[in-house]
Amino acid sequence: MMNRPGALLAAALCAAVPLVGGLAATDAAAQAKTSVVIGMTLEPPHLDPTAGAAAAIDEVVYANLFEGLTRIDESGAVRPALAESWEISEDGTTYRFTLREGVTFHDGASFEAEDVVFSLERIRAEGTENAQKDLYAAIESVEAEDARTVVVELSQPQGDLLWRLGWGDAVIVDPASAETNKTDPVGTGPFAFDGRVQGDLIRLTRFEDYWGEPAALERATFRFIPDAAAQVAALLAGDIDAFPNIGAPETVARFEADPRFEVAVGTTEGETILSMNHRRAPWNDVRVRRAIQHAIDRRALIDLAMIGFGTPIGSHFAPHHPAYIDLTDTAPYDPEKARELLAAAGVETPIKAVIKLPPPTYARRGGEVLAAQLKAVGIELELVPVEWGQWLAEVFRDPWDFDFTIVSHTEPLDIGIYARADYYFGYDDPDFQAHIAELEVEAEPERRQELLVEAQEMIADSQVNGFLFQLAKVGVQAAGLEGLWRNAPIQANDLTAVRWE
Amino acid sequence: MLAFTVRRLGQFLATLIAASLVVFLALEVLPGDAAQILLGVEATEETLAALRRQLGLDEPAMSRYVAWIAGLATGELGTSHIYGTPIAEMLGDRLAISLPLAALAFAISTAIALPLGVFAATRRGRLGDWLVIGFAQIGLAAPNFWFGVLLILIFAVTLGWFASGGFPGWEAGFWPALQALLLPALALALSEAAILARVVRSAMLETLGEDYIRTARAKGLSGRRVLFGHALRNAMIPVATILGLQFAFLVMGAVIVENVFYLPGVGRLLLQAIFQRDLVVVRDLVLLLSGFVILVNLLVDLAYGAIDPRPRPAA
Repeated sequence: MMNRPGALLAAALCAAVPLVGGLAATDAAAQAKTSVVIGMTLEPPHLDPTAGAAAAIDEVVYANLFEGLTRIDESGAVRPALAESWEISEDGTTYRFTLREGVTFHDGASFEAEDVVFSLERIRAEGTENAQKDLYAAIESVEAEDARTVVVELSQPQGDLLWRLGWGDAVIVDPASAETNKTDPVGTGPFAFDGRVQGDLIRLTRFEDYWGEPAALERATFRFIPDAAAQVAALLAGDIDAFPNIGAPETVARFEADPRFEVAVGTTEGETILSMNHRRAPWNDVRVRRAIQHAIDRRALIDLAMIGFGTPIGSHFAPHHPAYIDLTDTAPYDPEKARELLAAAGVETPIKAVIKLPPPTYARRGGEVLAAQLKAVGIELELVPVEWGQWLAEVFRDPWDFDFTIVSHTEPLDIGIYARADYYFGYDDPDFQAHIAELEVEAEPERRQELLVEAQEMIADSQVNGFLFQLAKVGVQAAGLEGLWRNAPIQANDLTAVRWE
Repeated sequence: MLAFTVRRLGQFLATLIAASLVVFLALEVLPGDAAQILLGVEATEETLAALRRQLGLDEPAMSRYVAWIAGLATGELGTSHIYGTPIAEMLGDRLAISLPLAALAFAISTAIALPLGVFAATRRGRLGDWLVIGFAQIGLAAPNFWFGVLLILIFAVTLGWFASGGFPGWEAGFWPALQALLLPALALALSEAAILARVVRSAMLETLGEDYIRTARAKGLSGRRVLFGHALRNAMIPVATILGLQFAFLVMGAVIVENVFYLPGVGRLLLQAIFQRDLVVVRDLVLLLSGFVILVNLLVDLAYGAIDPRPRPAA
């Protein structure tokens, strides 16, 4: 498992340590502590979850600092948060929320129905910085009926509104502090902001006036360490208690063997796909796309690129979702079949193509493996590494200058992107668009389930993209630390239940 | 000397202006924009346009360049697009780490390299010389991030004497802060010391072969006075040149070493700002760093005059 290319230093570091032993880390973790240091790879630019799309913001503030009307828990289920309960009208367009009493913001301001009205109106306001404005487009009006009741009117029914309200983008803020939340966040959560050293760390302390069950931890620190080898060293030295998403999966075997640490492997919402540019021939030919899927050996890809972490997928859907169906057999690994299909489509091999690879390991290493697999059927990939800024400008937006790219689509339940003809891979299918439009307004759970299953089948049959694997969440934490999420139904490090044994 | 200094200062300013143009134009052709990176892939066109307007990204390039230079001239550096905090403040915080780090690394590398280089030159061809050459070879071959990881492994993971990285801040006290900088400075200094030791050695060997050294010896001066009073002083000219160049390498090395030790310094900020297309920060940082390098070269030029009067222009 260890002799894979890449992140060699991190692996070397792991291999070397057992020989010299580690003395420093043990004691710190063993005592019953009331503080924790969480390591993250990326630093949040600022701390306002209602502005901007950086996942790192939610990974610090979600459920810790800020709360919404509802919240999403570790299993992905929707639970009441600042809304104690709600009633939905027969036609599914009116939501009446009953708010929790005795809630205060960290600065002492009390939580009122007006704050909810303000926060939800703000998402849709002119000049908003909210990155998920579209998610709440169905909201027509928000009104405070009294101090504890808020009524939300929709222009059309929306089956998953409560789930959408549980996103970090819809947390409730106080009008008085809304503008300064980026640098001095004030929420209603169990932890309050206690300072930041830009480029290094963010400190939280327990909020003593929290409305719900108080957190077990008194203090929490988030530290940002981009380098994979440094992450390993910081864990081994005991400077970091947990890395919920470790940078280099090849280091995990070493931690598994060490009793001072626990390895937690869970799931994420990241469907990792080989996106194909439907605006370019021959990738707009379903036979060619099916040939490509037949050429891909998902298991080998996961083993080589991700050191075995990841679940094969056959469509654009997360395996842990109740509506998931296994479609990996739609076009199983069969290079012979791939060559036949390419020939039938009139593609002259070898054919050259450009694959643009953003920075994450799954793309850079995955690209190398796929290049080898596709070469075997006569498709020669030119590997072009790009960083995210370039990727957004060249691949994601017009001019869509790519043949292939590898990207993990981390938004939860995002199969709807296949209904957008102007999306970067350019799949334009009126049938699928009508199907998603129907799903959008369907609130009845069983019917929604059926529609979701059909949606998966439709894009698998059209083989819109190469469906590779569901990204795993691989975390390493000190033994005795409990309550961190194993799975990531949304990108968050919820500390409310975290404690030391 | 005065005319020489004034001319050099004029060159310094001209180079800085040229650098600002190059920096600005290079960032203009860089694909990607801060608004898209901030708002991600799900943002609506309308939201993106609003943010671009707010950040001033919709202005024409020429007026943005003029506004930038005018801002620099008046000390108004603007606000970071990504962090939303004043750039001047951020730079101050980051420089409070990177400058002491560079100075410490500079001091360590000089303290190692000068004695080693002189020692090797006086032991030419003997065991001591070979050992120094061997050290220099290893120091040159091994990249500083590797040294960094090695130092962390020994001193943080195994011995537990140091933290594996991070910076407690100067407000935590002088010693804790210095301690946090020691390992990264050492990692930076080792490869610099290796280069410098070789230069010192060869410069010393060259001057030791000069006629005036033989003359000095013939006058009956002690070996030590010949070595330090005559040979080392004259060997300092190439050494000073290399020291100036090394400052630029220290800045580059800091980008990497600050990542390995997760120090929130200028190098780390530069890397983050580039990846996030926080171009207002990138251009200020790059210009600042170029300014430093140009300034150090200016100082080296001026120092030549102090070490050896010969290059001083006649008119």
